[in-house]
Amino acid sequence: MQSMLLQLAEGMATSVAIFVLTLLFSLPLGMLVALARMSKSRLLSGLMRIYISIMRGTPLMLQLLVVFFGPYYLLRVNLGSGYRFPAVILAFVINYAAYFAESYRGGIASMPRGQYEAAQVLGYSRAQTFAHIILPQVVKRVLPSVTNEVITLVKDTSLAFVLSVTEMFTIAKAIAAAEKTMIPYLAAGIFYYVFNFVVAMLMERLEHRLNYYR
Amino acid sequence: MYILEIDNLYKQFGGNPVLRGVSLRIAEGEVVSLIGPSGSGKSTLLRCAALLETMDRGTLRFSGRTAAAERDSRSVYAPRQQLHQLRRNFGLVFQSFNLFPHYTVLRNLTDAPVRVAGRSRAEAEDEARALLQKMGLADKAGAYPCELSGGQQQRVSIARALAMHPKILFFDEPTSALDPELTGEVLSVMRQLADDGMTMLVVTHEMSFARDASDRTLFMADGVIAEEGAPEQIFSQPQNPRTRQFLSGVLGR
Ligand SMILES: Nc1ncnc2c1ncn2[C@@H]1O[C@H](COP(=O)(O)OP(=O)(O)OP(=O)(O)O)[C@@H](O)[C@H]1O
Ligand SMILES: [Mg+2]
Repeated sequence: MQSMLLQLAEGMATSVAIFVLTLLFSLPLGMLVALARMSKSRLLSGLMRIYISIMRGTPLMLQLLVVFFGPYYLLRVNLGSGYRFPAVILAFVINYAAYFAESYRGGIASMPRGQYEAAQVLGYSRAQTFAHIILPQVVKRVLPSVTNEVITLVKDTSLAFVLSVTEMFTIAKAIAAAEKTMIPYLAAGIFYYVFNFVVAMLMERLEHRLNYYR
Repeated sequence: MYILEIDNLYKQFGGNPVLRGVSLRIAEGEVVSLIGPSGSGKSTLLRCAALLETMDRGTLRFSGRTAAAERDSRSVYAPRQQLHQLRRNFGLVFQSFNLFPHYTVLRNLTDAPVRVAGRSRAEAEDEARALLQKMGLADKAGAYPCELSGGQQQRVSIARALAMHPKILFFDEPTSALDPELTGEVLSVMRQLADDGMTMLVVTHEMSFARDASDRTLFMADGVIAEEGAPEQIFSQPQNPRTRQFLSGVLGR
């Protein structure tokens, strides 16, 4: 029992690590993708469009497998089992960046022209306008849809099991099979529920903090 | 030397000619009102002057410095860096205010002076508070735009434009988005500015403002300035039948 809990705790740490690392990279990367998608360069915006549609149009589980096995089947390089965890992070990051990019793009497109024009007349450069006038307002506008993605990510972390990364769900499954008990599944359920609850609460708090203006 | 000089301005949108040879000179301290029917091109003229639209043809100068010259019947604009400098010459007050909603009133007034003009924050704040005082908004420095009435927001946006020390202020129907009871407070601030010697170009549907507060009135129709002169003359003895027709419509006689 003791060791079972210990193993589960280890799994939880891995799940949380996947969650945090994915957000750390995909939130900013999504902004770059959104800007590239909206760029005047047809090539760049076309490429981003294809990338986003593939990420959104295929299962994340398949993307995990491609990212992990791709290097071997395509390039015949064996990255070894040390590549499992990085592969999970890479797959999650490129997948979530695509979703975040679409949110950001919607938020940026919803900004009234008048904000750009007022800034331009006051002499702000384009970069200043984006960084100080547009971006802070976009953050507020996209927060609800970003929150949805973030909560989906909590549950998606369990998909790492397909690459046998020992996150929470993988471990629960292994113990349940070995010990013939449902308890690990119960523990896993509670874990994901609490994880989600905490994330939702933090996002709500953030939303609240941005409510000082309309 | 004129603060603003526009010569022979042409502008079309997708083959639809909106401005068809407009010339305009505004001297220091002049208050010019621009009236005319909807769709006649008043906003487009103002937006060309504020560098928000590019002219197809014609020249544009601020205090003798060229923003756009004409070559082979096309407007050729100065390099970006130079245009950036020339923007210091004017401010623009929009119909829809366009305040920055995530900044307080004070920050709306100080952000550009600090970030763009490189003034010190303390200096910018002192000046912003003085401007707010003048606008009758001294107690609103810490408020957000969404907490203000339309009339207050428009006065803040006038103050925001003034904080950059423009040589000329453009107004595009500054009271059209306001309830009638809020129009007066904005107009009285504008009258005060005019009395203080501010150079202004005001697109307006407020005929009383054009008549009493401006030095010169331009009547625009179908993309040209069809008539111009002293307001007394335009309003009491319009020469052009288009002007007469328009005034009898808006003045109800
Ligand atoms: N960005 C644009 N694209 C296409 N057409 C435009 C654009 N801006 C203005 N127009 C057209 O140019 C004409 C003149 O518009 P403008 O806004 O300058 O008129 P206005 O005199 O300011 O009218 P109002 O009194 O209604 O504000 C209109 O027919 C309008 O539809
Ligand atoms: Mg207009």
